[in-house]
Amino acid sequence: MNLAYFSSLAMVTATVIYLVALTAHAAEWASARRVDAGPSTTDGSPAASAATSSTAGTAARRDRIAADLTRVDRFGRMGLALTAVGAALHVAGVVLRGLAAGRPPWGNMYEFVSSTLAILVVGYLVLVWLGKMRWLGLPVTLLLSVGLGLAVTVFYVAVAPLVPALHSVWFVIHIIAAATAGAMFNVGGLASVLYLLRTRAERRGTVRGYVVRLPQPEVLDRVAYRAVAFAFPLWTFTIAAGSIWAEYAWGRYWGWDPKETWSLVTWVVYAAYLHARATAGWKGRRAAWLGVVGVAMFWWNFVGINLLVSGLHSYAGI
Amino acid sequence: MKPVEFLRFLWTQLTSMRTALVLLFALMIAAVPGSLGPKILPQRPNNPVLVREWIAARPELGAVFDRLGLFDVYGSPWFASIYLLLLVSLVGCIVPRIAVYARAVRAMPPGVPKRLDKLAERASGPTRLSASDALDAGERWLVARRYRVRRQGNELSGEIGYLRELGNLAFHVSILGVLAGIAVSSLFGYKGSVIAVEGSAFSNTLSQYDDFAAGAFFKASALPPFTLWVDKFDVSFERGSVQHGAARQFQVTGRLAGPAEEPRPTILEVNTPVILGSSMVNLIGHGYAPIVTVTDPSGAVAYSGPVVFLPQDGNFTSLGVIKAPDARPQRLAFDSIFVPSQSTASGVGPRSTFPDADNPTLWGTVWTAPPKVETGRPENVYSLDKTEFTQVMDGAVPASFRLAVGASYTVPDGSKITFDSWKRWTKLQVSSTPGLPIVYGSIGVAVLALMLSLFGKPRRIFARVTDADGVRSVDVGGLDRAESRAGLGDAVAGLADAMGASVSVTGVSGEPALGSRGTKSQLTLAGEQLEESE
Repeated sequence: MNLAYFSSLAMVTATVIYLVALTAHAAEWASARRVDAGPSTTDGSPAASAATSSTAGTAARRDRIAADLTRVDRFGRMGLALTAVGAALHVAGVVLRGLAAGRPPWGNMYEFVSSTLAILVVGYLVLVWLGKMRWLGLPVTLLLSVGLGLAVTVFYVAVAPLVPALHSVWFVIHIIAAATAGAMFNVGGLASVLYLLRTRAERRGTVRGYVVRLPQPEVLDRVAYRAVAFAFPLWTFTIAAGSIWAEYAWGRYWGWDPKETWSLVTWVVYAAYLHARATAGWKGRRAAWLGVVGVAMFWWNFVGINLLVSGLHSYAGI
Repeated sequence: MKPVEFLRFLWTQLTSMRTALVLLFALMIAAVPGSLGPKILPQRPNNPVLVREWIAARPELGAVFDRLGLFDVYGSPWFASIYLLLLVSLVGCIVPRIAVYARAVRAMPPGVPKRLDKLAERASGPTRLSASDALDAGERWLVARRYRVRRQGNELSGEIGYLRELGNLAFHVSILGVLAGIAVSSLFGYKGSVIAVEGSAFSNTLSQYDDFAAGAFFKASALPPFTLWVDKFDVSFERGSVQHGAARQFQVTGRLAGPAEEPRPTILEVNTPVILGSSMVNLIGHGYAPIVTVTDPSGAVAYSGPVVFLPQDGNFTSLGVIKAPDARPQRLAFDSIFVPSQSTASGVGPRSTFPDADNPTLWGTVWTAPPKVETGRPENVYSLDKTEFTQVMDGAVPASFRLAVGASYTVPDGSKITFDSWKRWTKLQVSSTPGLPIVYGSIGVAVLALMLSLFGKPRRIFARVTDADGVRSVDVGGLDRAESRAGLGDAVAGLADAMGASVSVTGVSGEPALGSRGTKSQLTLAGEQLEESE
């Protein structure tokens, strides 16, 4: 019974709560299955959508949809509340892990995944609070459940000190920047996925169910853009900070180590994304796909490279 | 098409955003083969030995890959051609834009377009103010929000967000700065490494290096003169069950002296290199050097001292060749394996179970060759030319030994090898990358410029006061000159409000405009007074 034990306990409990939150958000989406296309509402007021469907159906149908929308709202709020509880435990888990190790808690893959996802969930809650972005609930809780689930089951390693290469002030700077940029790339990626989902439904004329309740494509695109606009300069900084650190630790500022190369590839993908958004014929869906590719690169660089490719960044088992 | 036109066409194509995008994709894909790791496709600069093995295992494919530059992706002509094209495209794109920007920054906002109803957001309505009061109020509203304002007759134009394009241009220019810094580093910089056994010293002259590479403009006189004594190298490894065997500490305790200086104590660690002016000494590797004494059959000492062995795995099972070229009547060599923590399980060969020296053991076989005339030609100290040497047999089996510290082995011909002790060696790298301040300065500018360009809000807003049929009305329109900006509707409605109009708003951006809520006019009047009192 020590700090490390309570950290793991908090982390596992948070994972379970995220799973329940995911279920609630899934129920939220499922409850909206009878909602028809109509002017969507970004403010999520049930009355507006119910009223639009009145032209199509009978009063009974209208009542049923109104009841559905009440249920959608109830499940949505439930999911959000559970996510908040999970987030509190998750953050506590990360903090306890740091206290148990006596150093910042991102010295290996388990710690980095849990820290990055903690930043992501806090960022998401802030976005919900400031910008009514509860519509991100399903994809965010999915990512949290899968990510933290993998962390506590597959990546888990017990607390241990750091290898000498990590004894540096850059260990704090480089990795906080990487984790924060990563968290925001994820928010942007999820918004891009929803954008693709919504525009596909619009092109096929099948806008119904929960898609109706997603914001307009312009808003989804704007959220994705802002997340990337926040993360991209930070990612640039992350690479530069890593390179300064590499100069001190390994005696060279750039060595085409797999991790370095994939960080650069990720950077190039997001550079392409930003250019694509300003290029005729590329803005819209193609740009959104680039946003999704970018976040896939981030995860590949982080998980895939650690597990499959040996390089200088593999230092702590997994 | 005339040649000039064709060239112009090519230039236009190359500098278009679409081409830049394609080149970015190309760069992205081209970077992949080099990043698959040494197991799949080793790269010569990082893993020359693995490349040789890779080619040896697949000679035909290896030759093709080698010709394609796949073993040195980032130094290959096709990789270089992509980033050079990208560079040309970038320069071709930003130079004209810098000129345009330089004019735009000095210019007044453009005049009000004839038809405001073509703009993305507009608001119009009758105003209760006089024309000049409305224009005054509008101008105040714009100036308070730091718009650059142009007033002409009964029209107002405002423009804001000039910093966005500045950031955009500065970002792209600073990428050139990063590349310039990299170029300076590779032209003027150098990098050399040397293996120093504990108790030895390294003097910074070219002849002391094991390997050395420098840029075209490097001069040997640029090497800072110093001597570094590696007195002691402390290492510790994790002995607990978690991450068993992981490195925990590397520390060189030594002394450092410039020319005609008293040596001063110095500490060298992985993240704390010794910095000497623009040069830096890094600790980049370590290993073991068994100390042996070799005597020839006459009893004369043919070799005595440490021999550097190269680690082969994480537990430092190390290979080396102990050479005694002075042994007579035959030269002697011992093809050996140093195992810092020999497994004690029975039947296990030379294999280390821990990186620290818990049970150091020296394994080896014995080789001889006739004496050789000293040619002065350097030979590889880490390998044995088995075409030149023949293996010594002990009866029907090869003569071999397995020695603990202090033990010795007598070869059938009477020569003897004693495993006296062991030391550690460190690999030191001395380097200078003079372009780094340029690189990091440029990246600093790039990050700041990126933020300006990503968060800047270039916006134009126009207003016109008209009198028609005795009704004085205000027309306001605005457009955002960057993607994904919110709040244009609010700005347009706000200006209309300020100009005394009770407005009706039409917009295409789909965002709720505050002005559309009707009673906003009254509210803004109070706000306006606040602004005036500022």
